[in-house]
Amino acid sequence: MNIMDPVLAKKLRILADAAKYDASCASSGSKGRKAGADAVGSTTGAGICHSYTPDGRCVSLLKILLTNYCLFDCAYCINRRSSNVARARFTVEEVVSLTLGFYKRNYIEGLFLSSGIIKTPDHTMETLVRVARTLRQSHGFAGYIHLKTIPEASPWLIEQAGLWADRLSINVELPAADSLRVLAPEKDGASIDTAMGQMSERIDEAREERRRFAPAGQSTQMIVGADAATDETVLSRSAALYGRYRLRRVYYSAFSPIPEASSLLPARSPPLKRENRLYQADWLLRYYGFSVPEIAAGGADGMLDLDIDPKLAWALKHRDRFPVDVNSGEREMLLRVPGLGAKAVDKIIVARRRTRLTLGDLSRLSPGLKRARPFLIADDHTPGRLMDRLDLRDRLAPGPTQPGLFD
Amino acid sequence: MSAAPIHVALEPGADLDGFRRAARRLIGEQRPPEAVVWSSGGGCDLFGPSPNADGAPLMLPKAVADLIGLAALHSDPERYARLYALIWRTIRGERHLIEIASDPLVHRLQAMAKSVRRDIHKMHAFVRFRQVHAAAGERYIAWFEPEHFIVAAVADFFVTRFRGMSWAILTPKGSLAWDRRALTIGPPAQRGAAPDRDDFEAHWLDYYESTFNPARVNPTMMKSEMPVKYWRNLPEAALIPRLIQEAAPRVEAMIANEARMSEKRTPQKAVAAMADQAPASLEALNRIIMASEPPAPFAPRAVLGEGPVGARLAFVGEQPGDQEDIEGRPFVGPAGQVLNRALAEAGIARNQTYVTNAVKNFKFKPAGKRRLHQTPTAGEVKHYRWWLDRELELVHPRLVVALGATATLALAGKPLPITRNRGPADLGGRAGFITVHPSYLLRLPDEAEKRAAYEAFVSDLKRARALAEAA
Repeated sequence: MNIMDPVLAKKLRILADAAKYDASCASSGSKGRKAGADAVGSTTGAGICHSYTPDGRCVSLLKILLTNYCLFDCAYCINRRSSNVARARFTVEEVVSLTLGFYKRNYIEGLFLSSGIIKTPDHTMETLVRVARTLRQSHGFAGYIHLKTIPEASPWLIEQAGLWADRLSINVELPAADSLRVLAPEKDGASIDTAMGQMSERIDEAREERRRFAPAGQSTQMIVGADAATDETVLSRSAALYGRYRLRRVYYSAFSPIPEASSLLPARSPPLKRENRLYQADWLLRYYGFSVPEIAAGGADGMLDLDIDPKLAWALKHRDRFPVDVNSGEREMLLRVPGLGAKAVDKIIVARRRTRLTLGDLSRLSPGLKRARPFLIADDHTPGRLMDRLDLRDRLAPGPTQPGLFD
Repeated sequence: MSAAPIHVALEPGADLDGFRRAARRLIGEQRPPEAVVWSSGGGCDLFGPSPNADGAPLMLPKAVADLIGLAALHSDPERYARLYALIWRTIRGERHLIEIASDPLVHRLQAMAKSVRRDIHKMHAFVRFRQVHAAAGERYIAWFEPEHFIVAAVADFFVTRFRGMSWAILTPKGSLAWDRRALTIGPPAQRGAAPDRDDFEAHWLDYYESTFNPARVNPTMMKSEMPVKYWRNLPEAALIPRLIQEAAPRVEAMIANEARMSEKRTPQKAVAAMADQAPASLEALNRIIMASEPPAPFAPRAVLGEGPVGARLAFVGEQPGDQEDIEGRPFVGPAGQVLNRALAEAGIARNQTYVTNAVKNFKFKPAGKRRLHQTPTAGEVKHYRWWLDRELELVHPRLVVALGATATLALAGKPLPITRNRGPADLGGRAGFITVHPSYLLRLPDEAEKRAAYEAFVSDLKRARALAEAA
């Protein structure tokens, strides 16, 4: 496709708008793959963000729906059948040519394709699989493909999807089964779990047998703020999903006001701060050795402290565990020091074998030293009575600016 | 040493080879860092025209060599002096210096390397090709302005990714061109040499605008990941001011817009659609199997089951073999002939029974002109299991006979040793019967043993027939 096609342009606007509430953007986790001599495409492992929209979100994949017509009526979704939003439907060929047109201009890493449920879940899933298959088979496309999997579709379609896709995902949508019943009457928590279980089993098996099946694994998304679930409930669900189905990522999506909102969910600004704290807590679960009860203990009533990050919140409530000596402390404890990231901790551990670390040294190893100081002992520094100060929380809480997502 | 400092002039850009040569020689001559002045951009080289008179190779830790490879691409003129100081200290007693990330010099050089890595990553991300039509077909050209001397360092990435395209990337620090066969690394280019439009770009701008959620506007975050210095070569960046300006009014309108309760929230239609989606006939199921892709090393043709719906007996084998794949029918090769003979002796009419395989495609390894049978893995058997289950549901036999281990695994859902389980068995909730696969009979080397095994197989088939008739 060389020129701009006005009918296609209109569909693209509708179906990109309809897909944007899915937070997943990653193009990571796949094994290296290269295109043949006449084709395009490669995957790099870490993934690339090709652009950022003014909401700070990464544009890595062409994230679109095949269609936003839908039989389902999920209250939080702009595409539910009772919404008056404009509708459109791509053909398989249109999605394929848009993907290739975008890819060849280096706008994207690949395709993230999802769809409203039309006719039947099987019919819908079959069409999604057909797009992926056409890209791979007819065009030798070796870029990234993420397919949203429809849990109500027949199991053989998941088998087929895994042959072509790098990543598969099923959205659990809401952390609790009760809210799913109220807000998404056609969805069934048990069938979502069954499908995720099947997928994780197939992914593991294929890895053992060295077959190609969704090499970038599976991920999911939970909507935050559409129901009454606490942060502890959300995080417990995540911890269970990471453990049970070995998910690569759980995405949290702050429920965002949508045009044509349902009266079940009054419109209000999305709880972005809460979403940010959940991501930080998720990081602590996966890379910093924290458990859900520990993280929850940093807040109150099952909710995280919105003003300070969850690691600092935990540390302030466990002052007896500090200060930690950077020249002799255990890795596990260094990871718990507010302001010290996993990378800084690793550098500290390598460097201290050769030298005694001072505060000046630490300032070169960690960008978060200001926050870490009261919790650390260095060669030329002990925090003194700082630890006992009642106003420590206020001194360390950041100003009113919104912090970056992963700092 | 109190002699006047020595000047080393390297080529403009990232002259990694020149630096390595010079460093070897300077170390060999024991010149301390403060006695060397580095310059980049040509000019007089006090070493004179003897590029072969290098010093001995330097034995540096890998981490140091890697750091040199990256930091030398930095645009800071001080890079060579700093790198030479690192080499000097590493060679002269501080072998583990590179591990001390808190050392000011190491810290500084690692920060430079990080900046280079980031620039490389951003170039991978932010190059935007525009399509032009040349006599030889379509061509893609981009203009980009990297911060550091990274043009050669990104070549591999773009060649690998866009192998099947003819393209060029032009920058003020050098250029790359790929004609689908060979890469040319060329001199700096001018912006005017790159195309200033591509009509297709309108789709990208539409996409960028539509994928933005105004309720989440956060320009600070965007700028930290997509620094403003890159914006002038990103077509979508022209939209940013308007999108930010319009965001707040758009969200206010959404929130003010009173929500309405839907009048059609009953899910009957959707639920009915789901209940109804499984293939309702063997033909419909077979169409799905034929249209689907087998897992990797299988022959593409699916060999379907054969026989009447409602047959009393169904036989399930492992997978089609070479002959079956060629003819497109199950059990027509050597094992099929054994089965036919045994069925006849057991008084079973093959055309009144249903015969199929657990795996529908032939898995093989090519060996010259021959295709050698490969046993399917447990995962591959599972790939086909849902279909087999549905197939038997539709045929609805009174008894299912599993021929061999793969069929037993597929039907029972778990591996069961044939010798211990031979005979009537529950196969995943179905009345079943386990026996050997006829190809096993072909493989037995001893004639007497073969005859005995064949007799046992026929007697199994007779028992199965009796069970099916009694059912």
